[in-house]
Amino acid sequence: MASILVFSERASLVFELLGKAKELGGKIGLELTAAAFNPGDAEAYLKRGASKVFYSDQAEVKNFEASIYAQALAQIAQKAGASLILLGSTRRGKELAGRLAQRLQAGCLTDVKSIELKEGKVICVRNAFGGATEATQAIATSAQVIALMPRACEPTPEGEKKGEIVTLHLELKPSRVKVVKKSEKDPGAVDIQGAEILVCVGKGLSRQEDLKMIEELAQALGGLVACSKPLATDLKWLPESRIVGLSGKIGKPRLALCLGISGQVQFSVGIREAKTIMAINTDPNAYIFQITDYGLIADLHQAVPQLTAAIRG
Amino acid sequence: MNIVVCVKQTVDLQQVRIRKETRQPVLENIPLTLGAIDKNALEEAVRLREKTGGKVFLVSVGPENLEETIKEGLAMGADEAILVTSPELDGTESARAALLLAGAIKQMENFDLILLGEGSADNYSGQVGPRLAEILDLPQITYAKSLEVDGRKVRAVRSLEDFLEEVEAELPVLISVVSEINEARIPAVTQILRAGRKPKKILKPADISLKIAEGRSVETLSNLAPVQERKGILFKEGLKELPGLVQALKEEGVGRK
Repeated sequence: MASILVFSERASLVFELLGKAKELGGKIGLELTAAAFNPGDAEAYLKRGASKVFYSDQAEVKNFEASIYAQALAQIAQKAGASLILLGSTRRGKELAGRLAQRLQAGCLTDVKSIELKEGKVICVRNAFGGATEATQAIATSAQVIALMPRACEPTPEGEKKGEIVTLHLELKPSRVKVVKKSEKDPGAVDIQGAEILVCVGKGLSRQEDLKMIEELAQALGGLVACSKPLATDLKWLPESRIVGLSGKIGKPRLALCLGISGQVQFSVGIREAKTIMAINTDPNAYIFQITDYGLIADLHQAVPQLTAAIRG
Repeated sequence: MNIVVCVKQTVDLQQVRIRKETRQPVLENIPLTLGAIDKNALEEAVRLREKTGGKVFLVSVGPENLEETIKEGLAMGADEAILVTSPELDGTESARAALLLAGAIKQMENFDLILLGEGSADNYSGQVGPRLAEILDLPQITYAKSLEVDGRKVRAVRSLEDFLEEVEAELPVLISVVSEINEARIPAVTQILRAGRKPKKILKPADISLKIAEGRSVETLSNLAPVQERKGILFKEGLKELPGLVQALKEEGVGRK
């Protein structure tokens, strides 16, 4: 039986992928299979609906290395009879996707935000032009490699285990890349991309000193301060790691509060996926108000301290 | 050391606007440029060459006007360009671009290092690097935020989502870089003038010996700005309506519980 093969180096992402794979596989009659290189993961995938988990505990696959994993997954895909391979679109997932797709002579889409079945075709949506647009695409080759972004689908809950673990011996060429060490990212660095709440500030901020009030508001909201590009690259008031948008990070926060930002597409792509968007701006015609749930026409310098006080209660 | 830098010509995304009525991107009359991260890869190559000697080769695939756009890269310090051009290579997909790049690189006498950006400016799928490494059977190091070459050994720090990973490999190797790796130089006028005289080798797809499948591996059904479904509640009366915003924040479960 032909199958869908699911893999990510992060088990939590496999849980998300399994749910989607089950939905797709059910409709097009594909068996649901997964690959795992750790016994705990293999068991967990069985409990979440995989009917077969292809497993190897060879030394070569203990640690992730793209060219090794591409060899491994190509062999597993063949064993599984997989025509559709779903990966997690992390950095590792993406470097694997391209290499694996080349090995399988497959078409490939990465950073896929949503996936659905239409007339028997797997239709994917992903950002294009730096996020200014969303491209709806389908892979035309018989083998398909699709990398889905984290949080693109709901994780499958744990249930009763039905399938089996198939232990494989893989033929792998040795790795030519040696990991010397792993280390923490700059501890001062903040993760704008993963933030639940973003307080974004733009050129409407008149003085660097006023960043303090923005910080205080972010703190009161339990969020992080981010900015539009000019504030970091032209004015250098904030580090470039705080830029949201085309030249910076694209997040999916629960709330994005935009202060003194006009809202051009180059910025707004970074927060477009937010559940709720709010904005404060003096200009009633600012583009930002076209993409907000709640807007307030006011001077942010006056509004922000009051807002902070109100939230602190 | 001979360094290959793969670059892609795209429209300048900072200038793309969306046609409100149709949600289509307006791409006419927008200047063409090389991708921003491509320029970081080139900058890194030029800095390496300044230390180790050798040459920097730009390799790219695109329509004929690529010959003009590539001058920007030559002005930034690349020594030569090898281009595969043809009208049908406008908007080439990753799978085909990787094969054409590989074919062009295979025609070179030798190379030690291939550098490119982690993703193109317009499509950002990050496929070309890993595909190219697979075709050329090279080790790949992606998302490098710093790198150094010592003899035949290259050492790089990779920037992954949650941590950094320091890795080592022997040349030749393919490395993709993240924008944090450096600040790309802006060429001086004299360099731009000189760039036109640097050697350019122009290949046609027929000159590439690798087998390339007919047709596209990915079809695009539509490409439009997304529809925003927002509440669109606007408090127009200034500060006295601040409580409305506070109320909305509380309803979203934000702030003190």
